[in-house]
Amino acid sequence: MSLYGADLLALLPELIVVFAACLVIVLDPITPASRRDLLAWLSIGSLALCIGLTGWQINELNVRVSAFSDLVVVDAYARFWKILLYGVTALTIFMSLPYLKAERVHLGEYYGFILLALSGMMVMVSGADLLTIYLGTELMSLSLYIMTGLNRAKPRSLEAAAKYFVLGAFSSGILLYGISLLYGMAGSTKLASIAGAIGTRGADDPLVLIATILIAVGFSFKLAAVPFHMWTPDVYQGAPTSVTAFMAVASKAASFAAFMRVFVEGLGGLKADWSVLFLVIAVITLVLGNVVAIVQTNIKRMLAYSSIAHAGYALIGFVAAGLGVGASGGTPGLASIMIYLTLYSFMTLGAFALIGMLRKGGVEGEEIEDFTGLAKRQPLAAFLMLLFMASLAGIPPTAGFIGKFYVFMAAVEAGLAWLAAIALIFAAVSAYYYMRVVMVMYMREPDPSSVEQPRLVASPALSFVLACAVAGVILFGLYPNPLVSFALQSVLTFK
Amino acid sequence: MTSSFPWLSLLLVLPLAGAIAMYFATEATAKWIALAATLADLFVALPLWWLFDPQASQMQFTEHVAWITVPPIYYSLGLDGISLPLVLMTAGIMPLCVLASWNAITTRVRGFMAMLLVMETAMVGVFVALDFVLFYVFWEAMLIPMYLLIGVWGGANRLYAAIKFFLYTLVGSLLLLVAIFVLYFYGGHTFDILALSQGTYPASLQMWLFLAFFAAFAVKVPMFPFHTWLPDAHVEAPTAGSVILASILLKMGTYGFLRFSLPMLPDASRIFTPMMVVLSIIAIIYGAYMALAQVDLKKLIAYSSVSHMGFVTLGLFVMNQQGIEGAVLQMVNHGITTGGLFLCVGIIYERTHSRLIADNVGLASPMPQYAVLLVIFALSSLGLPGTNSFVGEFLVLVGTFLWSKVATALASLGIILAATYLLWMIQRVVFGVPSPHHLPKLKDLNRRELATLVPLALLVFLIGIFPNPLVSRMHQSVTNTIASMSRAKVAPTAPPSAGLTGPLLAVGGEQLKIQGALR
Repeated sequence: MSLYGADLLALLPELIVVFAACLVIVLDPITPASRRDLLAWLSIGSLALCIGLTGWQINELNVRVSAFSDLVVVDAYARFWKILLYGVTALTIFMSLPYLKAERVHLGEYYGFILLALSGMMVMVSGADLLTIYLGTELMSLSLYIMTGLNRAKPRSLEAAAKYFVLGAFSSGILLYGISLLYGMAGSTKLASIAGAIGTRGADDPLVLIATILIAVGFSFKLAAVPFHMWTPDVYQGAPTSVTAFMAVASKAASFAAFMRVFVEGLGGLKADWSVLFLVIAVITLVLGNVVAIVQTNIKRMLAYSSIAHAGYALIGFVAAGLGVGASGGTPGLASIMIYLTLYSFMTLGAFALIGMLRKGGVEGEEIEDFTGLAKRQPLAAFLMLLFMASLAGIPPTAGFIGKFYVFMAAVEAGLAWLAAIALIFAAVSAYYYMRVVMVMYMREPDPSSVEQPRLVASPALSFVLACAVAGVILFGLYPNPLVSFALQSVLTFK
Repeated sequence: MTSSFPWLSLLLVLPLAGAIAMYFATEATAKWIALAATLADLFVALPLWWLFDPQASQMQFTEHVAWITVPPIYYSLGLDGISLPLVLMTAGIMPLCVLASWNAITTRVRGFMAMLLVMETAMVGVFVALDFVLFYVFWEAMLIPMYLLIGVWGGANRLYAAIKFFLYTLVGSLLLLVAIFVLYFYGGHTFDILALSQGTYPASLQMWLFLAFFAAFAVKVPMFPFHTWLPDAHVEAPTAGSVILASILLKMGTYGFLRFSLPMLPDASRIFTPMMVVLSIIAIIYGAYMALAQVDLKKLIAYSSVSHMGFVTLGLFVMNQQGIEGAVLQMVNHGITTGGLFLCVGIIYERTHSRLIADNVGLASPMPQYAVLLVIFALSSLGLPGTNSFVGEFLVLVGTFLWSKVATALASLGIILAATYLLWMIQRVVFGVPSPHHLPKLKDLNRRELATLVPLALLVFLIGIFPNPLVSRMHQSVTNTIASMSRAKVAPTAPPSAGLTGPLLAVGGEQLKIQGALR
């Protein structure tokens, strides 16, 4: 015990989450269907415990604790992401409560899988070794595959799960291939050793370049960056809406966190190379995501393309970090991604919570047309959707503007004013499809012949999720200081 | 006289508070709350006219509070002789907009009034913000309320007009955002508008920044060829929306040129002057010709706005005291006159449900009071001596004469054309002979409608006969602007910030060639 005590202590939040997940799965068969809510509350309780623990673990800035001989690290950077992930997971669970009941798939193990996915994400953001990160990625992905196929009665859900699984496995293979090449070169999978090996062998080594490209491709799948985005629309559309929200927000955040650590800490020596690579990926990602979103009629599919586009914006922050010169050394770029994804979480969770509970009869109204005339029937719900859409489009004074503000400021600081200009033109394109949702809600009359108009089915849990999302969108839009300073401090543990 | 009382914050908060109160209001009380909020704002704004010190050369009524720490962004407000008339005009027009919508808006009144009030906060904010990011936030915050005003309460083709307005304006302003960042890194890591106006920037950089500013401001003005959203938006918007668009929103574009382009980028402004003057003259003549051809009253006035705003941009870019003072005066005049004209069209539309000239012929006998007021605004719009527009246009033309006689001659054509289309419109609408089955029984103006039009009509004559109080208040600020334009020419090409390299400056050589060619 004394040998591993410190190591286990470092991993305590992960252990708690895994333990809670197992507990949920064990308790599920003996819990009557009417009391499955308790499993959700158990999960939330474990998250609350973790928030306290993670905060306590690193109460000093710049503390960096390595555990299990450098396989994982616990630092301020990981803390930032973990706190974000706890919050997102908790909101997803709240959102799932009414949603799963309405869809009649309120299964206890759902909460177990959410927690398992979360533990995978926590390992990803804490991993300092490529294999640890890989394991975390797999744990997350496997849980998500199952959650995607949760709605067994819906063929679309099953199709999405199968697609997600096949493409996800494929991308994991590519990632693993890249990792094995780096292992062959460095004799270790630890990020620090790899950085050292690259330092001695030089960045021009073709082996290193090929490995970098493979790892970039593997991560691009997880981030849903073009041209590795093909799975996103189908999976987002087919998966239960609460799972879609979780994927769009948590899985993207965790993937970005691991991705940034791998490329900055492990492959920082190839900055000049991967900056250009991601510059190209970022531009085509946001162009394709925004342009294709215009023609979508299904709102979940539209938000899938929009999430692709948002990954493109976040990648611009990453390019700025890679090309960043001078005293700031890329810090603004990395911090801007953390700010961006945090704010993106609020508006996306809010939008998906609304979409999931907008119901026509017993069925989810997931076509954009289903929002027609919502402003007349339920003005408050329409107004909230308006806020989320405006925020996704980046219109001040919402949080989305602040997110774009920091990303593009970092880009301009890195000398990429032209890139910022292109990206912002496509932000105007995105405003078109976000505003279309506002347009149908406010400016169209519902079809009088249809018997049942979709309505937002209110419930306390949903109100709580929406209240949190709106608070995030408005408060951080008006006063982002706490978030910005938290992100800037967290990024200091890098390098 | 700078007072410690937060006048400007109060101006911003009052309408916003009214908008929030709408959530608790009923459809019936909504208009009264809106009227109370806008009137309260007007009564806060009015004392500023007398408290304002015309001799002082710095900003007045300033407020400066830290907002965002990294990067340093301040909630920084202030008023000078250029923004004072515009703020007063905004505060004065808004109660009239509420009154004009009293009976015209029947559905979702609460939402409508809330949007009007949010617009007022954002518009006043644009004119008083002294921090570039704060300015941008106000500038963009207007988009969604205006989009909804046009799209929800507008006419038949409102969806198209609303999204066209939204996208045109958004694209321009997003480029402005990039320019703001670039200025931040070159101008000593500050977003302070006054500090940035004192900075010097490399000539090639100024060119790019000028174009980015131009994208934002020219769309808003709107300058030819970016004006095509305006007729659509005007025609489809409800009366209050048209008045806000014409009287206030368009001024934000010219205000932007005057507050940012001229003092921050004097060299680029000089280089682009020929282009700006040519575009202005095209707008003056083209707008007037288009107005001549319109059969729809709102479209006619919309195109006349394009023409009149051409005078404003012309006055700004000849860059002398007379031109700029005339331009600022003309901004206010256009707000009053065109606001009045749009209100007139709204009133007749409520009665005949048509905006076509052909359907509204011969109003002089059934509606004599209305006819008198319409003629007053029309005469003011065509620049009759004794009315406000005469003073403004005269000053602009004097300023232009000092710059180029040919340009003056061409711009004067606009006045002749204005007389043509406006008098022709008057001839038909006021003095025409109605076809017998038309215009059954039109009631003349009621007291509410008189209350919306008479104040504007009084201002037409007040400014027309006695413009000095207005001009004297803007004199010092215009002098400052001109002074800051004639300061040190071009900064050394080396960037002060190590953070900015290559891409921005790579085209420097090419830009300088263009500069040579333009000379």
